[in-house]
Amino acid sequence: MVMDGKPLTEVMSELTNKYPTLEVSEKGYLTVPVDILVQFMQDLKENYGFNYLTNVTGADYLEYLEVVYNPCIVGQPEMLHIKTKVDRNNPQVPSMVPLWGGAIWQEREVHDLLGINFTDHPDLRRILLPDDWEGYPLRRDYQWEGGRD
Amino acid sequence: MSIKTEEFLLNLGPQHPSTHGVFRIILTLDGETVVKAVPVPGYLHRGIEKLVESRTYQQVIPYTDRLDYLAGMLMNWGYVHAVEKLMDIEVPERAEYIRVIVGELQRIASHLVATGAYAADIGGLTGFIYTFRDREDIMDLFEMICGARLTPSYMRIGGVAADIPDGFIEKCRKFIDYLPAAIEEYNGLITGNEIFQARTKNVAILTPEQAIDMSLSGPVLRACGINHDLRKVRPYSIYERFDFEVPLGTKGDCFDRYYVRLLEMEQSAKIIRQALANIPEGPIKGKVSKVIKPAAGEAYAEIESSKGVMGTYVVSDGSTKPYRVHFRRPSFVNLGYLDEMLKGWKIADVIAILGSIDIVLGEVDA
Repeated sequence: MVMDGKPLTEVMSELTNKYPTLEVSEKGYLTVPVDILVQFMQDLKENYGFNYLTNVTGADYLEYLEVVYNPCIVGQPEMLHIKTKVDRNNPQVPSMVPLWGGAIWQEREVHDLLGINFTDHPDLRRILLPDDWEGYPLRRDYQWEGGRD
Repeated sequence: MSIKTEEFLLNLGPQHPSTHGVFRIILTLDGETVVKAVPVPGYLHRGIEKLVESRTYQQVIPYTDRLDYLAGMLMNWGYVHAVEKLMDIEVPERAEYIRVIVGELQRIASHLVATGAYAADIGGLTGFIYTFRDREDIMDLFEMICGARLTPSYMRIGGVAADIPDGFIEKCRKFIDYLPAAIEEYNGLITGNEIFQARTKNVAILTPEQAIDMSLSGPVLRACGINHDLRKVRPYSIYERFDFEVPLGTKGDCFDRYYVRLLEMEQSAKIIRQALANIPEGPIKGKVSKVIKPAAGEAYAEIESSKGVMGTYVVSDGSTKPYRVHFRRPSFVNLGYLDEMLKGWKIADVIAILGSIDIVLGEVDA
């Protein structure tokens, strides 16, 4: 049960009605266009009780990058799987730190390893690699010596 | 006339025993008071998420041992749980029971390190010796079950690597019977110590709102009184079958974060006792092909590790190697609020506050 008593399926259908550009996969994963991401996430937090952003990560699909968010509700089982596609040549995504402070280090990690810029992030610096590191290792075309094929 | 003073920088770590590994904090101090703290992680970054892109699904398991190396079993579990979700694999009952037993033993072992190391951080080195003495029993049990102490690689996609050996259940039960006496001893030695209490009570109080906003998890979150333990909230494996409680703190200070761990050990022992009594006969591995080749797709799944929520994101492109693996590491996320937690406290409190979060750098830095 979501905070206001609605089951998750009802929340999902309400969201798809409200946001026509939302894509829902067979498994219930949501793909949100990056231009409505902030509005959508704010709605989730304020009107559906998703108060806890457990995970932020990303992946490189060579034609585009993707950022993944898993918001949930403290004390309840529901968890959403939300993705947004990002232009690989201009990887800009609004930061979720104003909504969920817990995104602060996770977005830095995504920035560090995948080269995605989170606009309005209060402290966007590399976090695991040295500041002068070149390139973004988790991109699929990253060239490096050693390792295995 | 007042004396003119100025702030100065103090570099703490990466080589400092109280940073629990290779963690670094750049402190701006006004006398002994912290004005600003800039944590610098990354000194133990090995690029595990990149390395596993060129490993098969099974070959990823040993890398997970090296995330939180004080809770290898739980790290194994977090990963195999996500792959099982991705592939819809059913795990046999006996394997689930074994996982719960070793998982909870690992939670106790991890909390024993946290408890002892915390006592040492505060200045009571003796506490460290006592908790490590008892943790040794768990290491022996792990050695019995998989040949390794710290890096078990014991879980498999669809089950566990081997059945429990003869004598394991008796030895495990003996340890569980002994544990309350050990906890009693820690309470006398550490919890009840006046200096320990003075150093930890009312220090770095976190409000429930801050803890939720900052995505904190595990004992750090529950010390604020928030009842969020995935074993109860979103029961995975067979946790809904066990009778146990989720210990909560009331104040959210360093002492609560420490004490919640002690109480959690008692609950873990309670779970193990039930699991040992009810473990069924049967296979220890589900029907999983030798070559693991999930259909293209992705999954994200979480378990409750000793330090908080351990999540694994797996993307498959249909080949034998994962296209992308991400680990949501609890102490990495829990450190995100450290800079704010340290502000205004004295330099000696910095050690007490950092220690109360219970970090492992293998997991923070991945």
